Amino acid sequence: MSAVPHGLEHGHDHHQPSGLMRWITTTNHKDIGTMYLIFSFIMFLSGGVMALTIRAELFQPGLQVVQPEFFNQLTTMHGLVMVFGAIMPAFVGFANWQIPLMIGASDMAFARMNNWSFWLLPPAALLLVGSFFVPGGATAAGWTLYAPLSIQMGMGMDMAIFAVHIMGISSIMGAINIVVTVLNMRAPGMTLMKMPLFCWTWLITAYLLIAVMPVLAGAVTMILTDRHFGTSFFNAAGGGDPVLYQHVFWFFGHPEVYIMILPAFGIVSQVIPTFARKPLFGYASMVYATASIAILSFVVWAHHMFTTGMPVTGTLFFMYATMLIAVPTGVKVFNWIATMWRGSMTFETPMLFSVGFLFVFTMGGFTGLMCAIAPADIQYQDTYFVVAHFHYVLVAGSLFALFSGAYYWLPKWTGHMYDERLGKVHFWCSIIFFNITFFPMHFLGLAGMPRRIPDYNPMFADFNAMATIGAFGFGFSQLILLYVVIKCVRGGEKAAAKPWEGAEGLEWTVPSPAPYHTFEEPPVVR
Amino acid sequence: MRHTTRAALPFATTFVAFTASASDARYNLQTPVTGIAEQIHGMHMLMLLICLVIFVAVFGVMFWSVFKHRKSKGAVAAHFHENTAVEIAWTVVPVLILLGMAYPATKTVIAMKDTSNPDITIKATGYQWMWGYDYLKGEGEGVRFVSMMSTPREQIEGAAAKGPNYLLEVDNPVVVPVGKKIRILTTANDVIHSWWVPAFGVKQDAIPGFIRDTWFRAEQEGVYRGNCAELCGKEHGFMPIEVHVVSAEKYAEWVAAQKKRMAEQAQPAAPQASANPATAG
Repeated sequence: MSAVPHGLEHGHDHHQPSGLMRWITTTNHKDIGTMYLIFSFIMFLSGGVMALTIRAELFQPGLQVVQPEFFNQLTTMHGLVMVFGAIMPAFVGFANWQIPLMIGASDMAFARMNNWSFWLLPPAALLLVGSFFVPGGATAAGWTLYAPLSIQMGMGMDMAIFAVHIMGISSIMGAINIVVTVLNMRAPGMTLMKMPLFCWTWLITAYLLIAVMPVLAGAVTMILTDRHFGTSFFNAAGGGDPVLYQHVFWFFGHPEVYIMILPAFGIVSQVIPTFARKPLFGYASMVYATASIAILSFVVWAHHMFTTGMPVTGTLFFMYATMLIAVPTGVKVFNWIATMWRGSMTFETPMLFSVGFLFVFTMGGFTGLMCAIAPADIQYQDTYFVVAHFHYVLVAGSLFALFSGAYYWLPKWTGHMYDERLGKVHFWCSIIFFNITFFPMHFLGLAGMPRRIPDYNPMFADFNAMATIGAFGFGFSQLILLYVVIKCVRGGEKAAAKPWEGAEGLEWTVPSPAPYHTFEEPPVVR
Repeated sequence: MRHTTRAALPFATTFVAFTASASDARYNLQTPVTGIAEQIHGMHMLMLLICLVIFVAVFGVMFWSVFKHRKSKGAVAAHFHENTAVEIAWTVVPVLILLGMAYPATKTVIAMKDTSNPDITIKATGYQWMWGYDYLKGEGEGVRFVSMMSTPREQIEGAAAKGPNYLLEVDNPVVVPVGKKIRILTTANDVIHSWWVPAFGVKQDAIPGFIRDTWFRAEQEGVYRGNCAELCGKEHGFMPIEVHVVSAEKYAEWVAAQKKRMAEQAQPAAPQASANPATAG
């Protein structure tokens, strides 16, 4: 902007607000990325407290800790908070921090909108968590908010609907920002097929978000009008169809699970080559596999509804389509393993989490494949087997990849190396307690324990006790991460611009910590 | 916890036909008692096996490289990053494996959906929070009753010792004859419920305003237990399903007893019957 080079060096500092206003009014992608990450960690802990309350109730048969109605509120809010408050914003935080650094852009394309899409989240979170304290309590219809049960809820349901609306707006704005940034702001020479895989997975994820968040908004708005304006979209007595809600919800909901896993694939695809000191195997097929997963995710939604009583042809179509997703997902796993094959590997914390991701996520993939088989799914549907399955992909998938990415880029963000020993402790605690928590749930589900029940037959007692002990271990292990991050922000060994020997990419060409403004002169990629 | 299961054993033996109680399955699907459940069980085991083989193969390679190709062992990184032949192979082979899985699954789906020519048709209506049963066709036509959980509140609140069928017992179980094709129609009165008996391989949502159907042919006498499987409000965890599969003679006796009960109920206290939610269904 300024023609005087001198002005460029100092110009920014003069107009920059300090203190709280710096954070509230900031348009800097690094500040916004940090705020997203802090926000999501707070939500992660809140959702975790809910999960631990659930597990405390399930420690023994009988009702001890909470009443059934509150139990349902907890399971519902745990799901909503983790999905919309923890996992999704965390990935957006990573995108904000890393995408401009990785493609050599100075900031996100719409910096002011970026600020707005973050600041929508705290009010939404307040609505969501605050709904516990209104008459009738929070919504207790499950995170899927199935009608007609969701029509029966108190005003906590309306608050959840508004929260979902606001979070949806935030996600769409964030997604538009990412699409435009990736497509328009790449440094000269950074062709799409040279772009780091993390940017690719986020580009595809952003399209998914733009496609499906309005669908969710539509579904919950119809619930809202059913509740208050006398419409009967989902009320059979008024000519509506309760199953229609499920179709609309899962048309959003299935791509949503890929929204929560594709960026994780991206992170792992950055980390594994770095610590294997070997380029990613099959870069192009990774891009195509990601795109195929995204496209297929739109035609498989009804596999969540095999028990609603679809006709034979419908069941078979959704079964085949779902099974097909295993192919590109398998390709990705094989590519990661081929990347590790004949590498020269070291196992710093990010690599540990990525290898852990690979191992445990694949187990979730196997149970997912089992659930795809419609006749078998009749037995698995709505049991703890499914709870185990989706926690293997969401915790061991999304969350472990987020941890991996956090440790990987922490030196770049803070300028200090984190405590490697504590990082490793965090990894081993997480993966061991994770498996103690969720592996027994497979057995519980197969033996016939439904999900979302506050009490159970004593035959399920020992596995439930085990899962509860694991859950508390897993929950408290996450405080190690908090400590490591705080310690790393406060000081520690200075990080070099490129702290990892095998790392490649533009983000490692800027100093650590990444200065407030980077790539004001676009780098040239050859 | 453990002493209750041990206490259950002598109790269980008093039941002659307790062969397939839920307690025999702790690590896997419950023992199937219908052809469909049998097929599902087989498919489930087949998939476990396939997954296990892939698991061992894939993670064998991974752990080999983790141990062998680490820098501390002096491994020097190779620089290959593409191999078209390998990539085609690991796309095509999984497709073939999937086709192998899809074939038996397709046959089972078609069999599951064939609800034609039942011997007995029963309508199961989900209420918040109990099941209403109407015997619509076949022997026992006209029998109707409401089935509620019979576990006492004291057991739930920990004031009394928990019985072996804690939360899985009802006051009026569904009774069906062995070896007959039973068609279950499901619907609901308020919200979505789901009628699930694992040993039969049957789980069918009960949706207000809609009639869905499913079927089973139990090949063994006994007591089979299940739950409502769709979140339906605060008592969702307390909506068990209990099915007694009995011999043809026992079934005839039961039908006669039910007819007698209903006749008695209908005679003196007609207004009371209308207060019974089952009649509203």
